[in-house]
Amino acid sequence: MLQLSIFLENAKGRLAEVISLLADFKVNLRALSLADTKDYGVLRIIVDNPEETALKLRERRVVVSLTPVWVLKVPDRTGGLAEVLNQLVQQDVVVEYMYAFVEKENEQALVVLRVQDKAIMEKAMKTLNLPSK
Amino acid sequence: MDIADKVPNETDRLEEQLLKNLRTTVERVLPIPHYQESYREIGITQAEDIKSIKDFQRLPLTTKEDLRKNYPFGLFAEPMENIVRLHASSGTTGKPTVVGYTRQDINLWAKIVANELERAGVTKKDVVQIAYGYGLFTGGMGLHYGCEELGAIVVPISGGNTARQLMLMRDFGTTVLACTPSYALYLAESLEESGISRDELKLKIGIFGAEPWTEGMREEIEARLGIKAFDIYGLSEIMGPGVALECPAHRGLHIDEHFYPEILDEEGNPLPNGERGELVITSIEKEGFPVLRYRTKDLTTLHYGPCSCGHFGWTMERVSARVDDMLIIRGVNVFPSQVEEAILLEGFEPHYLLVVYRVGNLDQLEVQVEVNETTFFDEVRELEGRQDKLKKRIEDVLGISVRIRLVEPKSIPRSEGKAIRVIDKRNKEG
Repeated sequence: MLQLSIFLENAKGRLAEVISLLADFKVNLRALSLADTKDYGVLRIIVDNPEETALKLRERRVVVSLTPVWVLKVPDRTGGLAEVLNQLVQQDVVVEYMYAFVEKENEQALVVLRVQDKAIMEKAMKTLNLPSK
Repeated sequence: MDIADKVPNETDRLEEQLLKNLRTTVERVLPIPHYQESYREIGITQAEDIKSIKDFQRLPLTTKEDLRKNYPFGLFAEPMENIVRLHASSGTTGKPTVVGYTRQDINLWAKIVANELERAGVTKKDVVQIAYGYGLFTGGMGLHYGCEELGAIVVPISGGNTARQLMLMRDFGTTVLACTPSYALYLAESLEESGISRDELKLKIGIFGAEPWTEGMREEIEARLGIKAFDIYGLSEIMGPGVALECPAHRGLHIDEHFYPEILDEEGNPLPNGERGELVITSIEKEGFPVLRYRTKDLTTLHYGPCSCGHFGWTMERVSARVDDMLIIRGVNVFPSQVEEAILLEGFEPHYLLVVYRVGNLDQLEVQVEVNETTFFDEVRELEGRQDKLKKRIEDVLGISVRIRLVEPKSIPRSEGKAIRVIDKRNKEG
């Protein structure tokens, strides 16, 4: 799956501006995470049509990149995520960052994973046969 | 500064000719009280007192301040009835400096510019879009008259109105663009968004000047517009654009023979060829407003001799910095062009701003650089890595620590004339 990564200057109201822009485009944010540093932030979002949304954002001079990520279904119970992660570690997967969200319809927990090495992750996914989106 | 350095055989003849020319200018300025007084102090009362280049180099320098003191027409060498045009500098820091041209000066200027453009490959068939400002600033009209002299098709559009610039560039089949390098870059950037593709344009040559720019900036502009870019040099106090134009072989800027250049160190002592210092120019043959040993405040290096392009004479290196642009930060001299070079080398866009401020008693330099699709990384670690590399490169060049701030595209104001590269907040904060 492709995640949208957006560069945000640390300026008052900038986050709200970009989020409003997405609202204008009628884009539904399914998951969101914000990494912040002293001067800027990186907004990461999961949407239904990432490519199309990226184009529209670019037209509005937003710096955006499409980042391949994995969205894994995780059992929504204690230790659910730990199980999944431990299996991935055994397959040598290195996680760069992750964030989680819950889908209301089926009460499902989902985690977005960005890994260091795509090939290793692909292999791990095949071996482990983990449920994903 | 000695011509003998390079061409021993012709030395005598050339030096004699040069002296004759310089004496003509001395003769022309001697009736002007400002020159008369200061020359009398060193025992020079007539042009014949200048017997050698060494004598000439004893003559006091002329500064912008001298022009201001004699505002508006005090340094004109011709009666006002012979003056046909006035130009003036912007005068952001005080009174403007005013220059006057006789009919013959205007003709001479046009011929100089025409010759140079021809050397750059411009012909009478070219459509030249002059996006320099027209008016008191010499940029627009200087190029204009030169192009007309050459017989090219002039589009006197002046600066600004970027969308229209691009539309006419396409519709008129513009082949030559003349403007500041920062505006050329802005036009290139706007082109990407205008819906006009580069293939629809016939641009092939750019004549860019009126502000210091780096080699990296040239490559950027050439790549984006698909043209050959030439650096044009001039300043209104000397004549306007056309004092020098870059050689087609890119071996510096060839100075027109109507100007005698010198390079001086900070104390005003002449430096030999190949050494960097302040460029000082004396006009030859100019009537209305001849200048003698005028301090340009531009830092460069001079060479003398033949060039593979066929030119023989003085060549100056690209002006990398102006004395006036120099910032002193924590006692260290900093030129915006040094930062520009580092930014381009690290693959960032040449849109930047230097913000100088003070925390306590310590000067701080913040360099703002725009992020784009190629310099942006989803992973903060990588982005910070890029930032650190740039920081280190700039610090290596400047010798002081800097703070890099990545900002969003288009957040640094674009200029339609000379770009603003520095905001110095130190004075305001006291």
